[in-house]
Amino acid sequence: MASIAKEWREIPGRYNLEGSKCPVCGKVYFPKRGICPECRRESLGKMEDYSVSREGEVYSFSIVHEAPAFTSKLKPYAVVMVRTTDGIMISGQLVDVNLEDVRIGMPVRAVLRRISDDGPSGVIHYGYKFVPN
Amino acid sequence: MEVGIVSYGAYVPRYRITPEEIGRVWGVNGKAMGKGLFINQKSVPSPDEDVVTIATEAARGMMARVPEVNPEDIGCVYVGSESHPYAVKPTSTIVAEAIGATPAMTAADLEFACKAGTAGIQMCMGLVGSGMVKYGVAIGADTSQGAPGDALEYSASAGGAAYLIGSEDLIAVINKTLSFTTDTPDFWRREGQEYPSHGGRFTGEPAYFRHITSAARMMMEAQGTTPDDYDYAVFHQPNGKFPTRVAAQLGFTNEQITQGLLTPEIGNTYSGAVPLGLASVLDVAKPGDRIFVTSYGSGAGSDAFDITVTDRISSYKREKAKTLAQVMENTVQLDYAKYALYKNKILMPE
Repeated sequence: MASIAKEWREIPGRYNLEGSKCPVCGKVYFPKRGICPECRRESLGKMEDYSVSREGEVYSFSIVHEAPAFTSKLKPYAVVMVRTTDGIMISGQLVDVNLEDVRIGMPVRAVLRRISDDGPSGVIHYGYKFVPN
Repeated sequence: MEVGIVSYGAYVPRYRITPEEIGRVWGVNGKAMGKGLFINQKSVPSPDEDVVTIATEAARGMMARVPEVNPEDIGCVYVGSESHPYAVKPTSTIVAEAIGATPAMTAADLEFACKAGTAGIQMCMGLVGSGMVKYGVAIGADTSQGAPGDALEYSASAGGAAYLIGSEDLIAVINKTLSFTTDTPDFWRREGQEYPSHGGRFTGEPAYFRHITSAARMMMEAQGTTPDDYDYAVFHQPNGKFPTRVAAQLGFTNEQITQGLLTPEIGNTYSGAVPLGLASVLDVAKPGDRIFVTSYGSGAGSDAFDITVTDRISSYKREKAKTLAQVMENTVQLDYAKYALYKNKILMPE
C-alpha cells in the first residue's frame, strides 16, 4: 500500500500538473522541485508554483503488452512522452485511442483518471492520463 | 436578484454497447427490448473512469468556457450521484481540487436517485441568491449499475454535466424552480448492495409520471405559461419512451424534446440525465430561447426549472470545450465480454 501522506502531497501535480519554476533562470520543473539544480542555492526558498499546460503533442510513445495489475484491464495500451504547449516533457498513459492511430506529433491533452487503488477498501489514487485532443 | 447559469460542461465516456449484444448473452430478444425502451445503445465507462473523473471532465469543460472566472470565487461544489466511488469520502472535494476551487469553499456529495444533480442546482441557486457565495458548482454524474440480466442492464449508463451557477454574466436566467416530492419506494439500493432494486411497473404511473406531471403543471401554473411558450423541454429520461410519453401528456411536441433527449444514444445516465439533456439544448440555444426542465429522482421527487437564454450566449466561449455532439463522436462498440470486464463483473484473483 502506498503511503497516504505521500500520495496526498503529490495531489497538486497529479491533478493539475502543478510544477515549479526557478525565478532565477526561468526553467520549469515537473514534478515540483524545492531547488533548481542549475541555480542551486540562488534558487533556495524562491521556487515558484507553475501550472503546466494540459495540452501538448506526443514526442514519443511505446505500446505496453505486459501491464501491472491496476492497468491490466486496459492492455495493450500506449504510454507516451508528451511535450506540452509550454515546452515541458511529461510522460503518462494515452487512453481512449485506437492504438493504430497513435503517432509522434499527435495532439493530446491531460485528463483526470483513476490511476490505481489500495485494494477494494483502500484509497483510490487519481491522476493525469492523456487522451487525443 | 437574478440567478442562473454562468457556464456548463458535459461529458460521456466513448464506449457503447447495444441492447442486442446484451440480449444475446441472456437469451432475450435485445433488439425488441431496445425498441420497447427506445434505446439504441448505451455508454459504458472505461475501467479508469468513475464519477470523480466524469464530474471533473465536465467541470473542467465548464471552467474552460469562462476563462474570466477565478475558480477561487467558487463558494460551493455539490456532486449528485448514486455511484460515488466512496461510500464515505466526498467526490466533491476531489472535483473541487481538480478545478482549483479549494480551500475557501464548502462541498458535499448529494444522493437522490436520478435527480441529485438538479437538487444541487437548486442548492447553488439558494446560496448564490442569498449572497452567501459568488459562484456555486452543481454536477450530476453517474456510472449507474444494472444487475446482470435485469431490465436495467439495457439502459444503465455513464455520463455527467456540470453547471456554474451565479448572478452575473448569465448565459441563461433560471426564472423559477420548484419541486414535487413524496415518499414513493419505486427504486432503491440498500447499503452494501451492489445493484439497485425496483418495483417494475410501479416505477411508471405512481412514480415517474405522477411526479413529473405534478411538478411541471405546478410550474406552468406558477409562471402562467403553457407548453407553447417554450422552445425546448427536457424531462428525465430513464429510457427514450418515458420522456416522450410524459411530454405528450403535458402537451409538449416531439420537436421541443428532441434536442434534449439523449437516452436513445447514450442510455440512462441517472443523475447525469437531465443535466446532460439541458447541456445538449444549451449547445444550440439562441438568445431568448425558453427552456422547460423537469427532472425525476426515484424515492421520489421532481425538480422543475423555467429557464430563459440571454444575449450573452452569443459571446459565450462555447468552443473552448467540446459540445455533446462532439463528445458523442468516435464511439467504440464493446461486446458483452469486454463490457463485463470494464464493469468489474468478472471475478478476478486476489
